[in-house]
Amino acid sequence: MKRAFTGIALAMSLGLATPALAADTGGSMIVTYQSDISTLDPAIGYDWQNWSMIKSLFDGLMDYKPGTTDLVPDLAESFTVSEDGRTYTFKLRDGVKFHNGRTMTAADVKYSLERTINPKTQSPGQGFYDTIKGYDEMVAGKTDKLSGVTVVDDHTVKIELTRPDAPFLHKLALNFASVVPREETEKYGPDFGKHPVGTGAFKMTDWTLGQHVIFERNPDYYHKGRPKLDRIEFQVGQEPTVALLRLQRGEVDILGDGIPPARFLEVRNDPKWSKNVIEGDQLHTGYVTMNVRMKPFDDVRVRRAVNMAINKDRIIKIINGRASVANQPLPPLMPGYAKDYKGYPYDPAKAKELMAEAGYGDGVDTELYVMNVDPNPRIAQAIQQDLAQIGINAEIKSLAQSTVIAAGGEEDQAPMIWSGGMAWIADFPDPSNFYGPILGCGGAVQGGWNWSWYCNKDVEAMAQKADAMADPAKSDERIALWRDIYVKIMDDAPWAPIFNEKRFTMKADTLTGPSDKIFVDPVHIPVHYDVVVKK
Amino acid sequence: MLKYLARRIFQSIGILLGVTVITFMLSFLIPADPVRMIAGRSATPATVERIRHELGLDQPLPVQYGRYLVNLVQGDMGRSYVQKSEVTELIASRLPATLLLMAGAIFFELLLGMPAGIFAASRRGRTADKAVMVLSFVGVSAPQFVVGLILLYVFAYSLALFPLSGYGTLWHLVLPALTLGFTGGGWYSRMTRSSMVEVLRQDYIRTARAKGASEGRVVLIHGLRNAILPIIAMIGLDIGIFMQGAVVVEAVYGWPGIGQLAWQAIQRIDIPIIMGVTLVAAVAIVLGNLLADIATSLFDPRVRLG
Repeated sequence: MKRAFTGIALAMSLGLATPALAADTGGSMIVTYQSDISTLDPAIGYDWQNWSMIKSLFDGLMDYKPGTTDLVPDLAESFTVSEDGRTYTFKLRDGVKFHNGRTMTAADVKYSLERTINPKTQSPGQGFYDTIKGYDEMVAGKTDKLSGVTVVDDHTVKIELTRPDAPFLHKLALNFASVVPREETEKYGPDFGKHPVGTGAFKMTDWTLGQHVIFERNPDYYHKGRPKLDRIEFQVGQEPTVALLRLQRGEVDILGDGIPPARFLEVRNDPKWSKNVIEGDQLHTGYVTMNVRMKPFDDVRVRRAVNMAINKDRIIKIINGRASVANQPLPPLMPGYAKDYKGYPYDPAKAKELMAEAGYGDGVDTELYVMNVDPNPRIAQAIQQDLAQIGINAEIKSLAQSTVIAAGGEEDQAPMIWSGGMAWIADFPDPSNFYGPILGCGGAVQGGWNWSWYCNKDVEAMAQKADAMADPAKSDERIALWRDIYVKIMDDAPWAPIFNEKRFTMKADTLTGPSDKIFVDPVHIPVHYDVVVKK
Repeated sequence: MLKYLARRIFQSIGILLGVTVITFMLSFLIPADPVRMIAGRSATPATVERIRHELGLDQPLPVQYGRYLVNLVQGDMGRSYVQKSEVTELIASRLPATLLLMAGAIFFELLLGMPAGIFAASRRGRTADKAVMVLSFVGVSAPQFVVGLILLYVFAYSLALFPLSGYGTLWHLVLPALTLGFTGGGWYSRMTRSSMVEVLRQDYIRTARAKGASEGRVVLIHGLRNAILPIIAMIGLDIGIFMQGAVVVEAVYGWPGIGQLAWQAIQRIDIPIIMGVTLVAAVAIVLGNLLADIATSLFDPRVRLG
């Protein structure tokens, strides 16, 4: 038996029935960024700033409803999943055109996945697709064809997996699975990232290095009524403080980098500007890792004591209240977040008792690694003071981001790391994404991201079970299992979760959208450009 | 002269080779892995190793260096790790803005620094001299970030005389060039002053005065002509310094110069760009010095190159 899920009803609910050029269509906006746009190649781009730009130029089989984490079919019209969760069959939309005028077919879907997995592409997203049949052969360089992806006909593509992979549909919504036209990638080679051609709502018409990138409306876009804007100008090299001044003078529409921290309170408390400030939750947790293979953190009592010793409210004050207290790895926006879980209370006295029980009543010396960009060293100092209260004397090692990451990937180097500036923002809104690389056994390897080197075989088995529950009907059961996994992890306390950061940006009065959340979209990070409306 | 040039160019090649060796070594000595920065946080260690192999970074260092040098001689500086674009293209796209800012900055440095220095020297020891020297000291020690933001706030935001940020017209150039001119002008005024003070003590100045030449003529014609040589040498140095980019000022004013490119490359450990920018700056320093030496010989017949 197969279960069918149709995207048509969902597509209707997105308001796609509106006529092509409605009253809310037209106009342009200017978005500022400080850093250069690195690349617009969907197989390569993996940073804060190009993520949603790529989403506006390209599409994949799956996407999310604007402003939410609700997964919906996109280039796919509908799909089926086999009973064993190993075969996905996608029916593609009819008449979708690339920006170069050619009609997209199932062969393009296959080619695009092959391109991302091919080691020659150097895609950072390669590993997401390791459950597709033929992945290993391709990665080893034995073939450039992916045996698990079959073109059934022009409108049908079948993907076979080696094992059930519950978050697989989310992985197909990642930029790395965007559909690209082969002739253009072959024409431009490594420069495709400067000459992107997709099926998306916008097409790129100009890129002046170090200055600006221009997007213009794709008149043939298959989502009728999208995009709303005719033109977007992304200006780069713009210092955030100066960008804010420019927005206040009406020269700029959106601060791509958000509100500079030093000006945050001033703007937020200014009656003239506070209404332009948009707040959004994100799939982010800031945490302190404790290396369970190094003393004194090999003792769970010490790790629990650390969890009870840190005054999280005080830390949130340091960042002007731009976060909420976290007591578990998952952020509240993530399915599987344990609402009823209380976490460790702030209780230095109890923490001190635990330290004494563990045999560290006289105190112990250790190190706390932190990235050397404000506010992280200040946060580390607050943690240092809190830990000193229970006899943990942590020396702060404030270093460049890449150096901290390198230290975390060594088994015996960093006893504690404050994750700020490198913290986990989920790739996709599925609870599994907070486990594998950062808390799972697979990440506890040299050069990995599991900086607490935590590896619990029982938890690992539970996680494998959860990831094998690919049947969408069992989705609730699976989410509940993930909830239990994270609660169990907290019992072992490899992390001290500190806060879930909120995102703040500022936009001009003239911009609106289906909801303000599209300006702080949790998936189309940072802004869902396709649905921004200019009044 | 030609012989001299040939020798200097030959020396320069040696210097530049040394620069490539040192930069290359330093890039690989830092305790961070560029491949992990490219691969991102979701990449498995296996993916990281494959990317390392694709980039040739799993080869021994001398092999990598040799390969870099062979490509460099053919004008190929490689491709950025992060952007995948050719480094020559990335640097070339930022050269016009960098050169323009350099010209503007040196213009304002001279415009502010030299008259102040001449004025101070001609009033040596008096209040005016001290006032100028204090002011130039402020210029030298003021952080560019602060000066830049103050000028920006007053002239671009409050008075709205200049654009807040960007690149394209001469109006865009004024504030960033002025910021650099103010901070750099302090050096020029101090240098001009001490050089003038030295010259104004000379016998031929006394002779000129005794012959009844006006004070203005004595200072500007007899004095300045001889005091200008160290200034020329300083401009030569400045050319090299500005070619590395004015990171802070470029950031404040959104100026698309080489400094922003270098700064981003350092943060992302994008070694091909770091190498490229360092090399371009080294070439500029060598060239700037050479030009200054040639200019000196043209201004002062006592100096002979050879």
